Parts: sequence; structure tokens; C-alpha cells
Amino acid sequence: MIKAVMVMNTQGKSRLAKFYEYLSVEKQQELIRGVFSVLCSRAENVSNFIDAESIFGLDSRLVYKHFATLYFVFVFDSSENELAVLDLIQVFVETLDKCFQNVCELDIVFNYSKIHTILDEMVFGGQVVETSSSEIMKAVEEISKCFLSPFLLSCVKMHVDDVRLEAASNAISLIPKSASGWRSRYFRLVML
Amino acid sequence: MGSQGGFYQSKEFLDLVKSIGEARSKAEEDRIVLSEIETLKRRISEPDIPKRKMKEYIIRLVYVEMLGHDASFGYIHAVKMTHDDILLVKRTGYLAVTLFLNEDHDLIILIVNTIQKDLKSDNYLVVCAALNAVCKLINEETIPAVLPQIVELLAHPKEAVRKKAIMALHRFYQKSPSSVSHLVSNFCKVGLPIYLIPFQCFNLFVSILKQVAERRLPKAYDYHQMPAPFIQIKLLKILALLGSGDKQASENMYTVVGDIFRKCDSSSNIGNAVLYECICCVSSIYPNPKLLESSADAISRFLKSDSHNLKYMGIDALGRLIKISPEIAEQHQLAVIDCLEDPDDTLKRKTFELLYKMTKSTNVEVIVDRMIDYMISINDNHYKTEIASRCVELAEQFAPSNQWFIQTMNKVFEHAGDLVNIKVAHNLMRLIAEGFGEDDDTADSQLRSSAVESYLHILGEPKLPSVFLQVICWVLGEYGTADGKYSASYITGKLCDVAEAYSNDETVKAYAVTALMKIYAFEIAAGRKVDMLPECHSLMEEFLASHSTDLQQRAYELQAVIGLDAHAVESIMPSDASCEDIEVDKALSFLNGYIQEFEAYELPKQTVQVRIPPASLASTELVPVPEPMYPRESYQTTTVPSVSSDAASTELKLRLDGVQKKWGRQTHFPSTSTSNSTSQKTVNGITQVDGSNTANSRTRETYDSRKQVEISPEKQKLAASLFGGPSKTEKKSATGHKSSKPSSHMVKSHAPKSSMEVASEKTSPVQQPLDLLDFGEPTVKSTVPSLDPFKDLEGLLEPTTQVSSAVNHSSTAAVTKSPDIMGLYTETPAGAHHKDSDILSGLSNPPMTNMVGGTITMQVAQSSKGPNLKDSLEKDALVRQMGVTPSSQNPNLFKDLLG
Repeated sequence: MIKAVMVMNTQGKSRLAKFYEYLSVEKQQELIRGVFSVLCSRAENVSNFIDAESIFGLDSRLVYKHFATLYFVFVFDSSENELAVLDLIQVFVETLDKCFQNVCELDIVFNYSKIHTILDEMVFGGQVVETSSSEIMKAVEEISKCFLSPFLLSCVKMHVDDVRLEAASNAISLIPKSASGWRSRYFRLVML
Repeated sequence: MGSQGGFYQSKEFLDLVKSIGEARSKAEEDRIVLSEIETLKRRISEPDIPKRKMKEYIIRLVYVEMLGHDASFGYIHAVKMTHDDILLVKRTGYLAVTLFLNEDHDLIILIVNTIQKDLKSDNYLVVCAALNAVCKLINEETIPAVLPQIVELLAHPKEAVRKKAIMALHRFYQKSPSSVSHLVSNFCKVGLPIYLIPFQCFNLFVSILKQVAERRLPKAYDYHQMPAPFIQIKLLKILALLGSGDKQASENMYTVVGDIFRKCDSSSNIGNAVLYECICCVSSIYPNPKLLESSADAISRFLKSDSHNLKYMGIDALGRLIKISPEIAEQHQLAVIDCLEDPDDTLKRKTFELLYKMTKSTNVEVIVDRMIDYMISINDNHYKTEIASRCVELAEQFAPSNQWFIQTMNKVFEHAGDLVNIKVAHNLMRLIAEGFGEDDDTADSQLRSSAVESYLHILGEPKLPSVFLQVICWVLGEYGTADGKYSASYITGKLCDVAEAYSNDETVKAYAVTALMKIYAFEIAAGRKVDMLPECHSLMEEFLASHSTDLQQRAYELQAVIGLDAHAVESIMPSDASCEDIEVDKALSFLNGYIQEFEAYELPKQTVQVRIPPASLASTELVPVPEPMYPRESYQTTTVPSVSSDAASTELKLRLDGVQKKWGRQTHFPSTSTSNSTSQKTVNGITQVDGSNTANSRTRETYDSRKQVEISPEKQKLAASLFGGPSKTEKKSATGHKSSKPSSHMVKSHAPKSSMEVASEKTSPVQQPLDLLDFGEPTVKSTVPSLDPFKDLEGLLEPTTQVSSAVNHSSTAAVTKSPDIMGLYTETPAGAHHKDSDILSGLSNPPMTNMVGGTITMQVAQSSKGPNLKDSLEKDALVRQMGVTPSSQNPNLFKDLLG
């Protein structure tokens, strides 16, 4: 079973954290910090597996993959296969890439709930349920379509918000370019 | 769809994210988040918030919580949101609650209703959202509320829903297997049988795997040109479980597994994942040469690959296969060495794991040296502990020589320091005390001398870990002067240095004092005049006034011992008696008598049955009792002689047999006899003084005989530590003459310590070494008599008791009195022998309080007389008298023992 999925950037800021067993907020933070401290000490070109027993307790393994500014981390137990989980990360990132066209760190931050939706389509209650990125895309699109129709109607009535919508979408393109340049650091997806 | 899609967020949120992203420090980030929390608190409770805004607030809450801040004020709003009609808002609500709440949260009750409703929704997306929440939020009690609907969903037209429903059921199974056990047949129907299905479905799994491997699944299941690799992996895992140890089942899967081996595409990640899973499967099912060969091929491909991931898998697979065909490792020696040298930590650790599995007596030196080097180089305490314990284990198991063993242990202790489990230290002491068993005594004494030598050398180094110092002190005390190479004053000087240098570590000081006492006792017993070093004097003065009762007690004991004459000292502390056994009656069979006595009032007839197990108690050097049914007779015969001999030698005995038996269960426990006689000497372990001739000779005897019995003690030790002591061996060995030590393996570990305990108890109740106690397993503690028989004792030995009581420590009293106690024991007239042995057994027995002593007597006596009211009453009285087991720290022990 998969115990946790985390996405964090190379500075240790967590971008996504999902634990399939309930943990208190403090515990989650502690684990995230623990994982990061291990990750950032790892050299390039070493294996993607880490013995996570010292962080997560018995029978836990950790597989991570480093894309540009982000680490994608899956923690799981002996009922999963390390290489397979590595491919699962690949599927996850491929799906994100399809969703956001050249996904970057900012997309993940700003589309927090959508990332969760994608993940929920892949991993359900700690079990892998879907490994085809096109299937996942289909499901996610269906959900957002469903959202758009009735919801936009209600939006139209809210002028103020409409204005904001516009402002926000402008902001989207502006902020990253000017500010931190995250946007320029696209993931280099290694296709397998 | 653009990056915003249907998941639009406002500028405020973007600003928040941006400012957090740019925060330079954790403090700055915290400040931003805190002000965000304030804003949210204010906004979220405003009336009439538009849904979309509300949704965004909730997302922001989730975000805030992900950053590690408390967002509990918004939980209720998230719950409210799950009631919404608009799908995405509802989904957001569900997302938030699954992230916020645990299954036992108070708010869950508000959600269950919504979930129930949503599970019935026409919109399958709503159903999916609800299923998602079900997985996370439904606990054992609420399962019945949703279970029927979920079972219905198994027939839902949408595949996505069926899939999620079944996973939800799987989740229920994980949480509470009984809740879904009645559904097993449904799973077969659905065709997605996962862990819920019993063994009959084995063929089903094989055929599914076959279909998958033959690409009979729809193309949609393909992943990187592999047919449904994730399913293959799962199925292989299942087959590995089902086929392990089952030849017939294994044969059924040979073809399909072989097939997969051939078809696997070893150029892709996922292909290798399947290959690896095949190897795991092959290594767990009944071996087949052809498959083993393909596995070996695959492994060599893994190991030769450049990818660290594949090497890792290769090493892991090798570790699995090596159990079945040890020779395959040889082909890969170089690859393994490469992995060991690799800078990648993960790979290195995996390789150490492999080495650990393939350690033999021929390669142990290399492997352990490597492990220690690595251990020194890492900072990860968790792993350091693990690798240290592995080193110790391997060293104990395969050590080629005593010298090497001692040196290895020294290194481990020096570098892993206090990370080493205290048991390891106790084991080491035990090993040094017992030697390696196979060898003659000279080898053992060489071992000890080399230990002493190396420890004296190491003591020069600064900052030694506490555990190591304890070992050093113990060994120096026990064997420091044994070979005559070092003078008592040299050793005592060193011990005083230790006590001074580590003056903030009470345990070490306690060990040091006890070691001092032993050295002086040996000196006195050997007839030499003892001159306390000045620093020793000052140390004693300090300890006599110590706040630690333990230290104080030890200091008083030391003083008392020094004041004794050679004869007395020698019987208190015979030298080298630490490894004599004290049998521990884990089964508490000594209580049987008590029960029986109790029952005698009501159900006299049954008493007989009850008594059967007690075995061992009275025993001593008995002939092994072949059948548990007759223990009584054997006792009688045996007991008497042993007792008398005891009396003669003025020794006190402990005897605890029947360690294995659980109390009340009447399994065999014939082991009886064995080491009783020896154990007594041990008793003195702590306070030890060189023994009188009789004592010594006896000890020797037992010691030797024990050795004969033991076949490859290392193995036995391992077995003992793994399985808690083989009963079979015991029985066998029990045949030997007296003291053939049957239960020795089991008890051994505890022996030194417990013996000490007992000894100290006799002389003075206040005593010491909790730490010592823990020699082996926690059970050892049971040896210590418990509670407070103390009062009973008072009646018996009035003056003495007071002395011994922890409270009254007048030094003089202690000095004079403790010998008295001894005298009392030793001088008991023949008639009292019975009592003596009883007391002893009482002492040595697990802490069942006063009753303990009593019961034992009962047993012995009753065995001959049969249960009868008057008798039992008398015995009871006697028991109470005898059950004296002064002890101050007992309450703790008792607690430990009973949890």
C-alpha cells in the first residue's frame, strides 16, 4: 500500500502532501522535513530508492524522482515494487504535463485542488487504481467540465468576481515571469 | 484546457502563494501564513459568502495546513461544503475533509449522512467523490452504515465506480476484516479478487496471470508495451505467497512464471519490475532448477547494469535467492563488492543486508570489519543501531577467535556508543563469563585475560559510552585479578578513576563500586591483606552519603564485605561464579502449590492435578524426571540429598526450573534437576568473593558438565535468542549427572545477573542493580523476589531485617548484621534444610510475592503427604515464614514483569 505522496521543491517547501493514513499536522511536517533532509543530501546519479524505516517506521520504502525544482516522493510498504512505483511517479508527472502543458512548479502550487484530483484518480485509498495517463486525463477533464457548466452560469451573475477572474488570469502570466522565474524552469521529462 | 481549467483561483490566493514562495526564511513564511490564517478566520465566518469564494477559502485552508499550521477553525466549513450541490464545490469539500479529519474525528458523524446520500447519486462523479471520502473517513463503527450501498456499487455501469467501490471494500478489509468477510464470494464474481480470497482461488490467479502474460487483455491495459504490468506484479506477489512451501501449487505456476521470464522486456523500467517480481516469486515457491537459472540470469543482468536502481534490485534479489542456492553469490562477487564501494548510500545498505545474509564463519571477519567501518562513517542513528546490532550478532555467531571477538565488540561499543542495546552489553558479559563453551578452560581464561587487557588499554581513552563502561567495570571486577597479571591495587585504581571520571553516570558508578567489592572480596578470600587505596576511600565516603540509594547500598555492602573474614567472604562471593545458572521458573510453577493449597479448601481432589507441573522447584541435582506426571516422587528423593549437601557447604541455593512452562498449564516440565547446585554460587555473583573449596569445586563441576552438554553454543545462543529456548534440548540434556544444565541456554543469559541479584538480596535488601537485572530478557526480572516479604522476615530474623531494610542504613549495623543473615542460613540445622531450600527457591522465583516461597514448600511437602487441610495450613504458615525475600526495588520489577 502507498502510505504517502509528497511533492516538495528543492528548498524543502512542500507543494503537495497526501498521507493515506491519518497523521497529525505536526507529524506530517516532521516527516516532510525528515524526507527532505535525506533527499537534499543525495548525490546525482544515485538510485531513486531510499530506506525510509528511520523516518516512517518499519516496512517502509521511499522512491523519489527529481524533476527540475521538484522532488516527487512516494512512500509505500513491501506490497509494492520499487521500480513499479518509480514508473508510477513517471505516470503522475506525465499526466501533470499533459494537463498543464509543460508543467512547472507554479502550476502545482496554483492548482492545488486539481493536483489532488489527478492523484485521487491514480491512487485510491493507498492502492494504485489507474496507471494510464490518458485515462486519468479523461476522468479529470470530465470532472472539470462538469464543474464549468453549472458553475460558470452562477459566476456570470457575480460581476465582481468576473472582473477578478480576468485580473487573476492576467496575473497568472505576469507574476511568475517577473518574479521568481519558476515558470522558466520546466520539468525535463524523461520519457521511458 | 489551460492551466486554470475549472480550478480557478483568485488573485489573493496567487499572491499568497507567491509571497510564500519568495519568503526568505521559515520565520517569514510563518508570519505570512499566520496573517493569512487571521484573514481566513475573519472572512470564512462572514455571512452569505458566494460558493466559489468559499471554495477558495477552503483550498487556502488546506494549503495553510499543508504548510504545517493549524486550520481546525475551518473544518466545520469544509464539512458544510460537502453538502453542496455543485460537484466541484462538493469535491473540494470532500478533499478538504479527507485531508483534515481522521476517521475518529467528532465531525465525521456529520459527514456520514452526506456520504450515504452521495453514494446513491445518479451522477457517477458524485459517487466517486463520496467513495474517495469513504476510504479515508469511515471507521470500523461506521462501516455498516455505508457497506450495503458500496456493495451495490459493485454492479455500477461505470467501470471507474466499480473500481473505486472494490478498493473501498479493500480498505474496509484492512481496517476491520470481519466487517466484509461475508462478501468474499462477491469478489470472485466481480473478478477482481485481491487479498480477500482464500486458497481455493489459487488456480484463478494462475489463469489470470496467464491471460495477462499472453496479452489477452485489452490494449488499454498496456503500459510501455507491457501487458498490464502492475497487475502482473500483484499476481506474482500473490502467487509467491500461495506457493511458498507448497510443492504442488508451485508446480502449477512454473510454466506461467517461466513464460513471463521470457517475455519480459528488460529494457524498460516496468519490465524489470516484473522480472524482479518473478525472481521474488521463484525464491519463495518450491524451487525449480530451470526457474532458478533464469532468475540467476536476470540478476546478473541487473547487477551488470549501469543503473543504480537496477543494481539495487539485483542485490535485493540476490539476497532472496541466496537462501535457496548459496552458490550463485559467488559468480557475482565482484559486482557485489562494487556495490559495496558505491557512493550511493541506499545501494550500500542493501549490499550490507546481503552480506549479512551470506555471512559464514569463513568470511565473518571481512564482513564485520566492513560493517564497522561503514558504521563509523554514518550519522544516521537508526541505521547505526541496526548495523551495530548486526555486527554483534554476526560476531557472536561466527567469531573465529576470542581475541577478534573482543576487539570487534570493543569497536562496536566505542563507535556506536550508547546506541547499542543494553542487552548487547549483557550478552557480551555473559560471553566473557561463559567463554565459548567448546573450548577448554584455558581458552576461556585467555579470553578473559585478553578482555581485561584490552579494556585496561581502552580505559585510557576519553569519553567512553556508558554501556561500554558498564561492561568494562564488570569484567574488571570479575576477572581483573584472575590471572594474576595485574595487582588488585592497579585494577582498583583504574576502577576508581572510572567512577570519578564519569561521576554523573550513576549506573557506571554502581558497576564500578560492585567491581571494587569483587576485587576486594577476592583478595580477602585469597588470604591477602586488603589495603584500600586512598582514592577508593574517598570514593566510598562520597557514595555512603550518596543520594542514590543504590549507590549507597553498594557502598555499604562493600564496607561490610571488607570487614569479613576470609571464610565468610568466600562463601558470599565465590570467584568466577557469575555464569552459574539460576534457573528461572517462568511458568511460575512454584505457585501451583499455593493454588493447590487454596483449592485444598474447596476442591481437595483437584489439587493433585494442579500440582503436577511444579517440577523443578525443589529439585537440585536431580536425575531428570522423565515424565512430568511423577515429579513429586523424584523431588523427594532428590531434594533431600541436595539440601544436605548445601547445608554442608554452607551455601544457599536458588533453584528455578521449568522455565518454559506457563503457569497453570501443565506441559512437561521435567527439566528439574539441572543447575540448582550451581546456581547458588552464582548467587553471589555480585558481591562475589572467591569461593570456598567446596563451592569452587562444585562450580567447576557444573560448569564443565554444562559444556559437555552444549553443542556449538553459538548456535544455541542464536536459537535461544530467536526462539526463546528449545525445550527439546533441555530434556535431552537433563539426563546428565547433576547439573547437567538443561535449561542453561534459556536461562543462561540471565544467569549472571540474576544470580547477583539474589545474592545481594540475601545480604541486604536494598540493593542494587536494576540494570544488572536486565541481563537477558525481561523475564529475568522474574528472578527477583518481590514485594515485601520483608515483614515476614522480621519475625524470623529480627535484628537483621532492620539492617537490611533500605531505610536504616547504619553502616555498622550493615556490617555486622549481614553476616548474621548468612549465618542464619548456613547454620540451619538439618531439620531446617527444607526450609532453606524453600527460601532459596522463593528468592529465585519470579515475583509473585510472598506466596512464592510458600508455594514451594507446599509442593515439596505435599507431594509426600497429600493435600489435607491441616497440612496445608501448617505449610501455609511455614511458607509465610520462609517466603521472606527482602527487596526494596521489587515493586518496580514487579511492575515491569506484569506490565
